[in-house]
Amino acid sequence: MSLSSELLQYLLSGLTMGGIYALVALGFVIIHNVTGIINFAQGEFVMLGAMFMVTLVNAGVPAAGALVIAVILVMIVVGLIEFGAIRTAKKASPLTLVIITIGLSTAIKGIALLIWGTNPYKLEPFTKGGPIHIGGATIIPQSLWVIGTTVLVLALTFFIFEYTYWGKALRACVVNKFAARLMGINPQRMSLLAFVFSAALAALAGIVIAPITYVTYDMGLMLGLKGFVAAVLGGLSSTPGAVIGGLALGIMESMGAGLLSSGYKDGIAFIILLLVLFLKPGGLFGTSGTKRV
Amino acid sequence: MKDLLKQKRLRHALILLFTLIIFTLPFLITNNYYLSVLVIIGIHTIVVVGLCLLMGYAGQISLGHAAFYGLGAYTSGILTSTYNVSPWLALLAGAVGTGIIAYLIGIPIFRLKEHYLALATLGFGLIIHVILMEEVELTGGPSGLSKGIPYLSIGSLVLNNDFKFYFLVWILALLALILANNVVHSRIGRALRSIHGSEFAAQSLGVDTGRHKLQVFALSAVYASVAGSLYAHYITFISPSPFGLMTSIQFVVMAVVGGLASIWGPIFGVSVITIMAESLKEFMPLLIPQAGGEYEIVVYGIILVVIMIFMPDGLTATLVKAYEGWRYRKERANETP
Repeated sequence: MSLSSELLQYLLSGLTMGGIYALVALGFVIIHNVTGIINFAQGEFVMLGAMFMVTLVNAGVPAAGALVIAVILVMIVVGLIEFGAIRTAKKASPLTLVIITIGLSTAIKGIALLIWGTNPYKLEPFTKGGPIHIGGATIIPQSLWVIGTTVLVLALTFFIFEYTYWGKALRACVVNKFAARLMGINPQRMSLLAFVFSAALAALAGIVIAPITYVTYDMGLMLGLKGFVAAVLGGLSSTPGAVIGGLALGIMESMGAGLLSSGYKDGIAFIILLLVLFLKPGGLFGTSGTKRV
Repeated sequence: MKDLLKQKRLRHALILLFTLIIFTLPFLITNNYYLSVLVIIGIHTIVVVGLCLLMGYAGQISLGHAAFYGLGAYTSGILTSTYNVSPWLALLAGAVGTGIIAYLIGIPIFRLKEHYLALATLGFGLIIHVILMEEVELTGGPSGLSKGIPYLSIGSLVLNNDFKFYFLVWILALLALILANNVVHSRIGRALRSIHGSEFAAQSLGVDTGRHKLQVFALSAVYASVAGSLYAHYITFISPSPFGLMTSIQFVVMAVVGGLASIWGPIFGVSVITIMAESLKEFMPLLIPQAGGEYEIVVYGIILVVIMIFMPDGLTATLVKAYEGWRYRKERANETP
């Protein structure tokens, strides 16, 4: 394989993982913007989506129906979590809230371990067919599904935020929580909405990536962390930033793993993260302004 | 004033009593397994005391302390087994090296705030873990250091069983506590508490917040490193798995369960979590036979969430408050006959 086709190959696999990171990162950004919370349990929502999907498909539910049910199930679970844990602790300090979401993530992972065990599950690709060749590189059909879903979901998210009542209310909460409240928007309901919406994004990400990576109870950790890295690269409060951050992270990781060392693949993401944080503490697209006391 | 003196005397009496209990325990416990649990509690206590200094007094979270713990363990392990360095020298080298690394990595990390800071420490921890896994020639990779790590020895006394090691670990743990206690009650301690209250206010009063935070970060890393070295010489075998993210989270859980702003917090938190984890290992297979070895993480998670929601100051503070409330009510009852 020549270098250029090798690079194209890394670019394509990078875009696939990058799409997943972007979806997870978007969830981080939405929750953070509306509630100020960094939700370390985001990765577990990804895992739950994939697990529900596999279970439903294995139980004989057709794939399309299973997808819808799995996403709705994750939304319900996350809604209950928001209601039970996050809302009760709303007045806690940011440090406490971070620790709470870490605890939630550990608990969800543990429960998944009890239900599904440690064995990896396999999900059939959405469409059958061999790999597709593009200019010396190959891409599996499921990768196209991942990229297509990412694009579709991003478009849908954009539409929801720009044109629907609930999307506008969420944005109002981001701009000025107090003023939004004066306008009759209930911030508690917005927090629930943000969590449930992010859960749907995460669950979708988990479902489309499942045929490529296998499904295990601990798949959420790395996906969640890298989604967070992508969100931070994008500045943590910018939605386009999260998407670009996700894609950039996916591509850099795949290039680094291919050209340098695959064992260090997981390390690369965090080295990039530390470099960006040190050189530009507000993220690539964020405003690193001063904080008001 | 008299009250304060009385309080101080009470505090010293409590510490003395605790020391007495700690050093009579191994003579009463003949079961090696219980003794080994107490040794592990001592090792974890050293890490968590440092972490509590960082979290409780400087108000900074670290999700990467297992990395410092691992750096200490691996420095000791590699230097003693591959290069035949004296174990004490290796321990010292690990502590100094880890302290320097923490200080250097802390310089850029502490320019960051809250979430970013947590993420940066987490990223650092993951990178160290990846290095331990991948540098097979140096660390032995995922299967661990194959060459035996020697026992620690004092003069001709080889600390080759739980009983002997117990004393070393707990002497060091008590020293760590006393040192931390002195730091808390020194000028630096007051400066640190002011950072926890409001960093901006502290800065405007001339406290060099950045430097103090760095110092505490480095100190807590040195604590973790010493604990790691002890662990390496106690178990005499190390692999990367006990130095991953789960361990970092476990340390944070121990710190917050015990409560951050008391010297008793770490001992209490570590004991509660370690004993709970050990008894879960015993009892869970009876309840759920098919459960694997990692089910305890569910319990960790739930405990963490419940404690953070209902007792954000930790168990110790909640118990102390409950006791004071009870005493207050009793005094009131005595006053009004």
